Amino acid sequence: MRFYEYESKALFARHGLPLGQSGVADSAVHAREIAHRIGRPVVLKSQVLSGGRMKAGAVKFADTPDEAAQIYDEIFPIIVGGQKARSILVEEKSPIAQEYYAGVTWDGRRKLPVLIFSDMGGIDIEEVAEQHPDHVSKTHFSTILPVTPRIAKEAIAATGVTGGALNKLTPIVSKLIDIFLEYDLTLAEINPLVRLEDGRFVVLDGHVDMEAEARDQHAKLLKELGIGPEETRQARPPTDFEIRGAEVDASDHRGVAGNVVEFDGNLGLIIGAGGGSLTLFDAVRSQGGHPANYCEIGGNPSVNKTCELTKLVLSKPGVEKIAVMMNVVSNTRVDIVARGVIKGCIEAGKDPSETIAIFRIPGAWEEEGFKILAKHKVDYCDRSVSMYDAAGRAVAKMKSA
Amino acid sequence: MPGLFIDVKVSDKAAKDTAVVAKLAEVCPVDIFAQDQGGALRIVEENLDECVLCDLCMSAAPSNSVEVVKLYE
Amino acid sequence: MSILINSETTFIVQGITGREAVNLTRENLDYGAKIVGGVTPGRAGRDVYGVQVYDCVRDITAKTRVDGSVVCVPPRFTRDAVFEALENGIKLIVVVTERIPRKEVAQMIELASLRGARIIGPNCLGIISPGEAKMGGVGGPAANTKTAYSKGSIGVMSRSGGMTTEIASTLTAAGMGQSTAVSIGGDAIIGTSYAELMPLFEADPQTKAIAIYSEPGGRMEAELAEWIQQHNSRLPIVAFMAGRFMDEMPGMRFGHAGTIVEGKADTTAEKIKRMKEAGIAVAERISDIPKMLQERLGEVK
Repeated sequence: MRFYEYESKALFARHGLPLGQSGVADSAVHAREIAHRIGRPVVLKSQVLSGGRMKAGAVKFADTPDEAAQIYDEIFPIIVGGQKARSILVEEKSPIAQEYYAGVTWDGRRKLPVLIFSDMGGIDIEEVAEQHPDHVSKTHFSTILPVTPRIAKEAIAATGVTGGALNKLTPIVSKLIDIFLEYDLTLAEINPLVRLEDGRFVVLDGHVDMEAEARDQHAKLLKELGIGPEETRQARPPTDFEIRGAEVDASDHRGVAGNVVEFDGNLGLIIGAGGGSLTLFDAVRSQGGHPANYCEIGGNPSVNKTCELTKLVLSKPGVEKIAVMMNVVSNTRVDIVARGVIKGCIEAGKDPSETIAIFRIPGAWEEEGFKILAKHKVDYCDRSVSMYDAAGRAVAKMKSA
Repeated sequence: MPGLFIDVKVSDKAAKDTAVVAKLAEVCPVDIFAQDQGGALRIVEENLDECVLCDLCMSAAPSNSVEVVKLYE
Repeated sequence: MSILINSETTFIVQGITGREAVNLTRENLDYGAKIVGGVTPGRAGRDVYGVQVYDCVRDITAKTRVDGSVVCVPPRFTRDAVFEALENGIKLIVVVTERIPRKEVAQMIELASLRGARIIGPNCLGIISPGEAKMGGVGGPAANTKTAYSKGSIGVMSRSGGMTTEIASTLTAAGMGQSTAVSIGGDAIIGTSYAELMPLFEADPQTKAIAIYSEPGGRMEAELAEWIQQHNSRLPIVAFMAGRFMDEMPGMRFGHAGTIVEGKADTTAEKIKRMKEAGIAVAERISDIPKMLQERLGEVK
């Protein structure tokens, strides 16, 4: 769950990281006021969750408050990586002597957090790592031992930084590690961290990602930063369909059904579980099918939940048929899912035997489930039909319909 | 609205026995049985289709007084 | 033989009185598992399908040998439960719970490595050595488990619990039994990766080949590829890669917590390339796995 730059900086500020004077503007007038208050040349930066702001022309400088207002109007409408600006950050502009990079993330292979530091900041760190490996250090650290400054010191010194710079950078970078661990972040990054010509060290740009699993634990912080529980902060904002899906999922605690992603095809999918859904979605697409949605049901959802999910998928314009498919299930029950999808079709005013292109869920309580499906004349199959072939049957029905 | 897949039948005698009704309301994991303030049995129709066929109601009541009917058989 | 567990393995269930744990206990017992106790603080003296419940892990380890623990407690209590198992000398811990923040997972794994113990999961369904025992929810009720799993020579490793059973069921239908199947977990950081299980399968005379289920996200497949190349493995491997559509959708999370494309190395295209370079065969469909394994086993002979 990504934070905007201004939110990341608000978090940094709470922990005493050095930042330039700034303000978040939501109008040209407001931008002028902030620039006036700062009283020196400023930089205006579009607040989007995507990279590539500079390239898109959404970061610009202004020497006077009037110019700041004008630039606000100029860059606010710019779409960066498909995203509209939420606001514009107006920040003091200072002459830079040297740029550094500091980032903390998880290394899934070593199963430890890793501090990445470079004395070549301001550009893409992956590129620096490839072209100037001696200017990038990677320092893994323990999650059990307390965080002490030697981790940051070793990481910084490994890139050849010494003298006063080493001693001034160390506490800043060490605090970044503290922030990373305290808030269950998956990324805490300062790029660039700069030394100004006047000798001060300042965080110029930064960004943090919080683990979705830890949102509840940090609800207070998120509320204070103004991040609402409805903000998914994925690569794109959720659609109405996806928001309604989340409501279905939240409607009762039994199992998972409703975690949907919208696509623009015509075949509705009621699929599961986590891995099975990925497998089945590929199987539909590779055989020429056009899914209307992705979803993953699992954990034995209630009849009502599956019913509501079915109705949601069938409410999408152009969706006449659904395919109901899972891997062999052991926890989720075949009969319960069968009841849910049939009920959903009926409540949506549709004939289950026409609407359900295929039902392929083998496993727990399948004898009972198959009786229900037979009674309602739904086309179903057992485990002798592969997931791939079941998806193929659904796609073939769409083509002949 | 009655269930599409499941119906339950409770004998008159069991339905009037407040102790049996209380037990039914307690054991059912999907709340098909409820007890009104006067102690009378109320079948919660919207929960009928949630029945997981656990048979706990049948063992909680005197034998043959509760029947779970699968409407798809 | 098998890996990790066999019919002699003794284990406990932490959080045994919870709804999911009660089910899991019954399913494991029905399959023949030796469950020597359960833990739920404050519930000492109760029993779950004949398994005694205790307040602390040490109440059980003090009187009997405990090889492993299945941890099935809510996310905010999981780290504590795993630490308790580790500090009482348990060496194999299956963490079923999902939605545990990475920091706590990393802490569990770090302590496990200090104590010479192994963690499987989190967010997994556990381990099964067909015909011997199972430890965790994998396969579901014993009757269902017996339909899907059969004893044999294929080792199975999967990032998806459900797909572990789908693959085993497909193998069983083709007359190919399994030595041990491990649901390794769907999180970004897990206790034991494919590459870390390979030495165990390599040393197990029962295992003749490996089937793998894989997904986008993480570096686990690259790590496996490197291991294979460095160790000149005797075991032919067939891998199935799901989520190919995700290559076009960077930044979107699908399925498991660890399943997201954040960089090129996370894509299925890159992972397939790395695995093929290491001699791992990549199946287009689950149903192709048995035939591809048979071909490779034929070459070995």
